[in-house]
Amino acid sequence: MDYFLELCLGGLTRGSIYALIALGYTMVYGIIQLINFAHGEIYMIAAFIALIVSAILTINGFTGVSILIIAAVIAILYAAAYGYTLERVAYRPLRNAPRLSPLISAIGMSLFLQNYVLLAQTPDFLPFPELLPEFEFMDPVAHLIGSAELVILVVTTVTMLGLTFLIRSTRLGKAMRATQQDMTMARLVGINVDRVISLTFVLGSVLAAIGGVLVGSYMGQINFFIGFMAGVKAFTAAVLGGIGSIPGAVLGGVVLGLTEALAAGYISSAYEDVFAFGVLILILVLRPNGLLGRTVRTKV
Amino acid sequence: MALLQVENLCMDFGGLRAVDQVSLSVEDGEIVALIGPNGAGKTTFFNCVTGHYAPTGGEIVISPPQGERARIDGLKPNRVTALGLARTFQNIRLFPAMTVLENVMIGRHCRTRTSLLGAILRGPGTRRQERETIDTSYRLLEKVGLLDVADEFARNLSYGGQRRLEIARALATDPFLLLLDEPAAGMNPQETRELDELIVRIRDEEGLAILLIEHDMPLVMNLSDRIYVMEYGCKIAEGTPQQIRSNPRVIKAYLGEQDDA
Amino acid sequence: MRLVGRSLLVGLWFMFLTLPLLAVRVNTITETVEWRWLNLVWVGLGTFILSLALALWRQRSESQPQRDDGEGDITPRWRERLFHDQTVYRPLLIMALLATLLLPWLVDIYQINILVLALIFVVLGLGLNIIVGLAGLLDLGYIAFFAVGAYTYALLNINLDLGFWAALPLGGLAGAFFGLLIGFPVLRLRGDYLAIVTLGFGSIVKIVIENEDELFYGAMGIADIPRPGLLGLDLSLDQSTLYTYYLVVALALLAIFVTNRLKDSRLGRAWIALREDEIAAVAMGIDMAKCKLSAYAFGAFWAGLVGVLFAARNTFIHPNSFTFAESALVLSMVVLGGMGSIVGVTLAALILVLLPEYLQGLAEYRMLVFGGVMVAMMVFRPHGLISPSRRRYTRPQAQGEEG
Repeated sequence: MDYFLELCLGGLTRGSIYALIALGYTMVYGIIQLINFAHGEIYMIAAFIALIVSAILTINGFTGVSILIIAAVIAILYAAAYGYTLERVAYRPLRNAPRLSPLISAIGMSLFLQNYVLLAQTPDFLPFPELLPEFEFMDPVAHLIGSAELVILVVTTVTMLGLTFLIRSTRLGKAMRATQQDMTMARLVGINVDRVISLTFVLGSVLAAIGGVLVGSYMGQINFFIGFMAGVKAFTAAVLGGIGSIPGAVLGGVVLGLTEALAAGYISSAYEDVFAFGVLILILVLRPNGLLGRTVRTKV
Repeated sequence: MALLQVENLCMDFGGLRAVDQVSLSVEDGEIVALIGPNGAGKTTFFNCVTGHYAPTGGEIVISPPQGERARIDGLKPNRVTALGLARTFQNIRLFPAMTVLENVMIGRHCRTRTSLLGAILRGPGTRRQERETIDTSYRLLEKVGLLDVADEFARNLSYGGQRRLEIARALATDPFLLLLDEPAAGMNPQETRELDELIVRIRDEEGLAILLIEHDMPLVMNLSDRIYVMEYGCKIAEGTPQQIRSNPRVIKAYLGEQDDA
Repeated sequence: MRLVGRSLLVGLWFMFLTLPLLAVRVNTITETVEWRWLNLVWVGLGTFILSLALALWRQRSESQPQRDDGEGDITPRWRERLFHDQTVYRPLLIMALLATLLLPWLVDIYQINILVLALIFVVLGLGLNIIVGLAGLLDLGYIAFFAVGAYTYALLNINLDLGFWAALPLGGLAGAFFGLLIGFPVLRLRGDYLAIVTLGFGSIVKIVIENEDELFYGAMGIADIPRPGLLGLDLSLDQSTLYTYYLVVALALLAIFVTNRLKDSRLGRAWIALREDEIAAVAMGIDMAKCKLSAYAFGAFWAGLVGVLFAARNTFIHPNSFTFAESALVLSMVVLGGMGSIVGVTLAALILVLLPEYLQGLAEYRMLVFGGVMVAMMVFRPHGLISPSRRRYTRPQAQGEEG
């Protein structure tokens, strides 16, 4: 029973990270109907930047939570800058191109960013410093859930609540929803659609960066390739929940995380990724609109 | 027996009923118009007939001049086209990166048969078929007056040219009934006049019936043998242009709208 | 002057972006930081020049008289002649063919081996070109079909002692079968979903091979796969390489011939129509499922076929030869060459395999460049280096002769 519970909590932690990244996919997809393949790379880059910053800080004598906060803030800022630039360079010129073009551009960008980090840094795994604090009050349940996991769950929950508030209640949220419904119409009523799209990328990147910092210190090591797999998984989560739907992304992330953790725990961890993809294919075939997605009818 | 007989057609989208109990028929050699204000459900009706939507109620029956009576509601669009109904689109849908001629040749697809192997070996049978496809397509381009731009990419045609190319492409499928969705939209008066002539000529020369959705009233009144009027998904009137013109409900629903504007 | 200012800003922005990753490298073991400021200078300079050049180019093309949108509308004269004038392209083709046939006598065996690999990728490019270029179905796991072909040969050889020639068609068919298998459930999906499913499929194939030691010999790979046989003759290594070269040339020619025929056939036109506008194509009576499946299966067929050859050339296969990077490589061939263009894809495949091979310094930057090329192509030349030309047909009056 404890084993099962442990697996579930591990799955939940992992799922909440997927959900954070999935939100970026879902928001971008909702607005410009593009699978931003490079989204996972933003997450990877954020993790690298957090690692570099914290290493510099450690060498210069900083300690404790201050490292975490400074590293996280810089990583988030950089992720936002990368996300913004990504959209400007690779997607905006293709706003009116055939559907396939931005998709190929996205894959190209993903390859580019992966190899950029590979060449600029290292092809090997780097040890990531343990930035997340250890709490003493967690000791009684430490065999089930660690402090790091607790932090991840709390941070992701808070972030997602914040995002929901942002989209439901702010001007930007309203503009985003309007753009999502009908880009032309949104433009006609005076919404700066280009800016909304840029901000969507920035917002998605910020979430990915939070995920990157959390995962880095949770897993203890990172390399240039972590973004790719995480990206695919997060996309699966987004589709699972119904792409374009924000609660869907969260639900999808959690379901996927649990599925993976249980499959790895009871069957074989080598086939973890196969399960993730299997779930994706099944969902797409059986219920292409996802768990919470709405039916979208192509206009004739 | 009518060529096309639609009985009590209904189409629901979730809770919204876009087409409500509409019946309509088209006889051999007729030009029938379907009119109504924007959002009345005309295009949805078309989409049901041509198989793009599966209607939620009612039935659609065709009786081709040569061929068997058949129910077609719920069939896939390509099956419907193969049975002899061809359509054009309100928002032009050509194949932009193909030449004008190739666009028409696509229309011949359902009337020809070439296997993968046949296409690779290009035997005499295949070559004959290709020749026939090319010849037919050129003939149709000539009919709609696009012969001299046959080798241009379709995306480079003028708006009116694109609309006429859609008609030629639809004709290439050998239909007995042609469905035109707002063929005159975006055309200038000169082009509309030419379109008027073209439609009549197609009816006479190709021996087919035509069902069209149109907003251009002079064109509709001039062209149609009979007119159906829809509003809010329901059929509110049918009759000859004469009858429609004097029908108080139509005036209120349709022409009255213009008075307000 | 305003342009220079803007470009300066762009340069500074990219210097800022690349600052932590390019200029800093931390050694987490010795806890030292290495600063590489020079890198930053290069980035700033590079992006500044690039941005300026782009801005100037844009300004120039705007000031010029308005041309038509897109490529291929205003075909330059020389290209018009190259592709439509038989007296020009026939001799060129013959010369290219002669050069291909004579090449092995001019270069050493090492070079031939590389050429074989390049030609294998030509066939792969042409196969994927059917799926992506003609039918418009984005496949990110294409290399899986290649793996299927290679493993089909290796396993048939081990278990049933089947030779190369018996395995060749079987490998192709196995590829096509897997194409149908993955295609059948997912072809109803929208294009971008298809992309991600094929990506997943590609990864699954690799993971399964890697982990199934009993069936597929897992991560050890399979060694001692026999080279292609010639009538039971005993060939030396050099002779065998030469023989393989001519085989792959023949295969590439076959692929070129077949795709060229298909491109302008009833089926090929239907593929393109589906790519251009699915709804209209279906309304014209095209059976979407059938057409897409045939494109998928046929494209996969070539990968399976040439996979057998790949296994025979290498005599050793390993799951790591079939990763996403290879799928991306083949995709960038199709993108670079111009989707649907046979000449373009062939040239792009040769360039993308041979260039990094001969410029060893470049090899490291290969994937970076591929990625960059994909983005740049989509933004600046979406129709590829050589945009696909469409065939012209003579009018009915002129009987007989066509083209």
